[in-house]
Amino acid sequence: MPKDRLPREVIAMRIAAELNDGDYVNLGIGLPNMVSNYIPPGKQVMLHAENGVVGVGPSPEEGHEIPDLFNAGGQPVTLKPGGAIVDHAMSFAIVRGRHLDAAVLGGLQVAENGDLANWIRPDRGVGSIGGAADIARGAKRIFVAMEHTTRDGELKIVKRCSYPLTAARVVDTIFTDVAVIRVTPQGLVLEEAAPGWTPADVQAITEPTLTVSPNLREIQL
Amino acid sequence: MARTIICASAAEAVAGIPDGSVIMVGGFAARDAPSLLVGALVDQGARDLTLICNGPTGRPGMKDTSMLVQNRQVRKVICSFPVPSTTSGPMTDFEAQYRAGEIGLELTPQGTLAERIRAGGAGIGAFYTPTGVGTPFGEGKEQRTIDGVDYVLEYPLVADYALIRAQTADTMGNLLYRMSSRNFNPIMAMAARTTIVEVAEVVPAGTLNPETIVTPGLFVHRIVVRPPQ
Repeated sequence: MPKDRLPREVIAMRIAAELNDGDYVNLGIGLPNMVSNYIPPGKQVMLHAENGVVGVGPSPEEGHEIPDLFNAGGQPVTLKPGGAIVDHAMSFAIVRGRHLDAAVLGGLQVAENGDLANWIRPDRGVGSIGGAADIARGAKRIFVAMEHTTRDGELKIVKRCSYPLTAARVVDTIFTDVAVIRVTPQGLVLEEAAPGWTPADVQAITEPTLTVSPNLREIQL
Repeated sequence: MARTIICASAAEAVAGIPDGSVIMVGGFAARDAPSLLVGALVDQGARDLTLICNGPTGRPGMKDTSMLVQNRQVRKVICSFPVPSTTSGPMTDFEAQYRAGEIGLELTPQGTLAERIRAGGAGIGAFYTPTGVGTPFGEGKEQRTIDGVDYVLEYPLVADYALIRAQTADTMGNLLYRMSSRNFNPIMAMAARTTIVEVAEVVPAGTLNPETIVTPGLFVHRIVVRPPQ
């Protein structure tokens, strides 16, 4: 009997819990961007958008959009008090200069050594790297938010990425719909599993061998 | 007399751009593109262009650099975002021409693209960046380890013309931008031999606070005012 996988909202909530008060963080498009909805009110997290916004605020109400203020996904956003606008060179100086505390990125494949592939499906033949290569290499901690396997059941956590890399040896932690897995010099460590999932269940859909953390627990929010 | 020329029309602003030019176009996505100037360059018809921009990803009907690709004026694109991230919706003109081998692509990580443009404007000969090491973006490039960190060597980008968008210019060409539409515009203004700007308004020199000016007028050659939308 197939076990329940966590909804994307819960993955986003789990990652939000990982962010620290005072952090400056970049969120990728899609699932990573959902993290912004779940940052606890007591924590001040300033979001960086690579198109030059530091301190991205919530979406404006319809009809109250601020002219020329968008996030990196092209959606209208607001600016938090204390936010700032920078040009593209400075935006990526923030990224490359390791001034971001964390980035949350999507993933097509993550390898056991922390390699990340998230910009092109080889069968398409052409893809857009955008800011992903700089962000994955530049932020101090890289969190990957993704489903544990593809819709067709192909493994996404692999020994070695077969897709072209975004950045090599950069991922710190993988947050999926079944597990939280830390990348360490000794390999992948299973830290948390979704309710009802045993380490063997997670291992069955993970190519590299997982070390089970002595502190293994159910995913907590 | 100010060196910056205020043009009566977008056609005048892009007049004389020859075939084969290298053109930088500011903006991050279709909605903050300098669409007046890009539209004028479509009408002007210069061909065989090398286009440096974030990406010609607009679907047909969008007023961004995709108009130049659709009109087959572009030989090669240097950008970070050549195609939309999803394949839903009609294929863009760029992707169709790329698949047919009719247009070139130099795919560049966005931060590297920005820094190459900045370096071009700042007179830097080349720079080492950690972005791309161990990926296709670092392949074939000179590598060096500095203080234990691996880098690849990247070269600057310069252009014959930059088409950019700002909010306010003064009559000396000093520019202010509005919110996130600043993006690539200030660094492209520095990296082109001729920088052409579309603005919402022009005010007399001396009325802008010099401490808030983002692009000083010495980088700006031609200005045209966007009609109110």
